[in-house]
Amino acid sequence: MTKIEFMQGNIACAEGALAAGCNFFGGYPITPSTEVAEHMAVKLPKKNGTFIQMEDEIASMASIIGASWTGARAMTATSGPGFSLMMENIGYAVMTETPCVIVNIQRGGPSTGQPTMAASGDMMQCRFGSHGDYSVIALCPSSVQEMYELTVKAFDLAERFRVPVFLMADEIIGHMRERIIIPDTVELTTRRPLVPGVLPFHPGDDLVPGFPEFGKGFGVHVTGLTHDERGYPCATNPKLHEQLVMRLYNKIENARKEIADYVVTNPDAEIVFVTYGSPARSVEQVLHDTGNKIIGHLRLKMVWPFPEHAIAEFPNATRFIIPELNLGQLAREFDRHTSIPVVQVPKLGGDLHLPADLKKLIGVDA
Amino acid sequence: MRQEVRFSGFGGQGIILSAVILGRAAVMYDSKFAVQTQVYGPEARGGASMSAVIIDDEPILFPKVTIPDIYVIMSQEGFEKYGASAQEGAIMIIDSTLVHSRPACTCIEVPATKEAREKLGRDIVANIVMLGALVAATHVVSESAIERAILDSVPKGTEKLNQSAMTRGFELIKERGQSA
Repeated sequence: MTKIEFMQGNIACAEGALAAGCNFFGGYPITPSTEVAEHMAVKLPKKNGTFIQMEDEIASMASIIGASWTGARAMTATSGPGFSLMMENIGYAVMTETPCVIVNIQRGGPSTGQPTMAASGDMMQCRFGSHGDYSVIALCPSSVQEMYELTVKAFDLAERFRVPVFLMADEIIGHMRERIIIPDTVELTTRRPLVPGVLPFHPGDDLVPGFPEFGKGFGVHVTGLTHDERGYPCATNPKLHEQLVMRLYNKIENARKEIADYVVTNPDAEIVFVTYGSPARSVEQVLHDTGNKIIGHLRLKMVWPFPEHAIAEFPNATRFIIPELNLGQLAREFDRHTSIPVVQVPKLGGDLHLPADLKKLIGVDA
Repeated sequence: MRQEVRFSGFGGQGIILSAVILGRAAVMYDSKFAVQTQVYGPEARGGASMSAVIIDDEPILFPKVTIPDIYVIMSQEGFEKYGASAQEGAIMIIDSTLVHSRPACTCIEVPATKEAREKLGRDIVANIVMLGALVAATHVVSESAIERAILDSVPKGTEKLNQSAMTRGFELIKERGQSA
C-alpha cells in the first residue's frame, strides 16, 4: 500500500534516505538544507541509527567516510558554503572508493551569498571541485516526489559503484511542500562483499572492487595516496597511478549509458528545452500552455555523468534552450557535444524562470 | 482550475502554518494537488511574512504564485508588501483588527484578532479564524477537509480551541452573508 502525503522536499529527502536504509548521518546544519538534518536527528535514533552533528562540514564529510567503512549507509546534507568545505574529503572518498551520499540543497553563491534563495551554482563544483581527475554521479530532483526517489537511487548507485553520489537539489525543491506518493518498500542494492583471498582493491569486471566487511577479519589499509591492489601506498609509480585513476574514472564513465536517467518529451520537436532541477517546472508549464505538442523537453534527472547520447533523442532539433539557475554551467557542457545551436538562459537571484518569459523567448504568446 | 492563494502577516501569527494546513487539506482530504511555498528570510522574524498555496485538480507544474486569486492579509505591513498590488478580480480577506488599508479588489473584512481575543480568549488562533473565513468565503477547499487538516496540524491539547476558532471563521462569513 502506498501512502499519499503533503510533504516538504527536504523531509522527503530524509524519508527517502531512511527507506534506503541510511543508518548514519553526520552533518552541520545550514540553510536551506537544515530540515534534512533535523528530520534525521529525530528519526535515526529510533531506528538504531546514528545522528551526529559534527563541528563543521570538513568533519561531517570525514564522519560519513568512516561510517561507510564500518558498513553503514551514510549521508550528509549541506549547501554551498559547507559544500566547499567538503571538497577535500570528497576527493578522499573517491580515492578510497567509499560509498556515501552528499545532499546539496543549493543556494545563491559565491560565499555565504543568498542563504534562503535557490540556485544551481554548484553543478560544476560537484563534478570537478576536488583536486585531481575523477568521475562522480550527480542526481537532480525537480519535485518533492523525486527528492524521495532520487535519494533512494543515490544510495543504490553509491553502494554499487563505491563512489560519492550527489543529490544536487535547490532551495525551491527543498523547501516547497507538495503531494508525494510514498511506496511501502523500496528495492535496495547492497554492496558486493570482498571475497576472502582476493586483494581488497582488485576490481571485478565492472571495475569496482568488492567491499571488505567490517569485523570479518580483513586487514585493509585505506589511504588517499595512490595505492596498489593491496591498498599499500605506491605513490611514485607512474603506471600504477595512471591505472588507478583511469579505473576510478572509467568505472563511472563506462556505465554512462546504462545508468543515464532522463525524460524525453516530444522527440520530434525542433525547439527543445533542456533542464534539470526546478527550471524543469517552468518548462513543463510552457509545454502545457502550448498544447504539449510543439516544444521538446529533455529533462535530466542525472546530470553527471553527462548523458551525451540523449542529444540524439531529438533528431529534428534546430535549437536547444537551456534555462539554468546559474551562468550556463550545463549549457557549456551540452554545447561541446553538439553542433546544433545552444541557447543559454541563465538566471541569478533566486527566482525561477517565469513561463511567460520562456514563451516570449521562443516567440509563443499563450 | 488553478487557484493561487497568498497569505501575509507578521512573523509569529502562523502565516506559514496556515498555508501548510490549507495545502494539506487540499491534498490529503479533497484529493487535489497543492504546492506550498514561502518566503524565508531574516525579515520574516517579526517583519512581514508571506507564504503561498496553489491548488489545482491537475498536477501543478510551475510551483510559484504569479497572480494570486485570493489573499489572506493579517498585518498592515503585509498588506503594503504583498497585498497592495492585488489584481481587480482577486478576493482579499483582511484581518480588520490589524489592517487599516483596503484594496481595489473585492475585500472581505474579518475581525479575526479581535474575535480570537474576545470570544476565544487567545490571540494566537486568529490565523485559524482567518482560515475558517477563507474556506467559507471561497470554498477553495471543503469545510470538512480544512477541519481535518487543522486537527492534524495543531499542538495536542489545543484541538478544541482551534476547532472553535475555525467555526468562528465560518460563522463570521455566514453572518455577513445574511446581513448583506
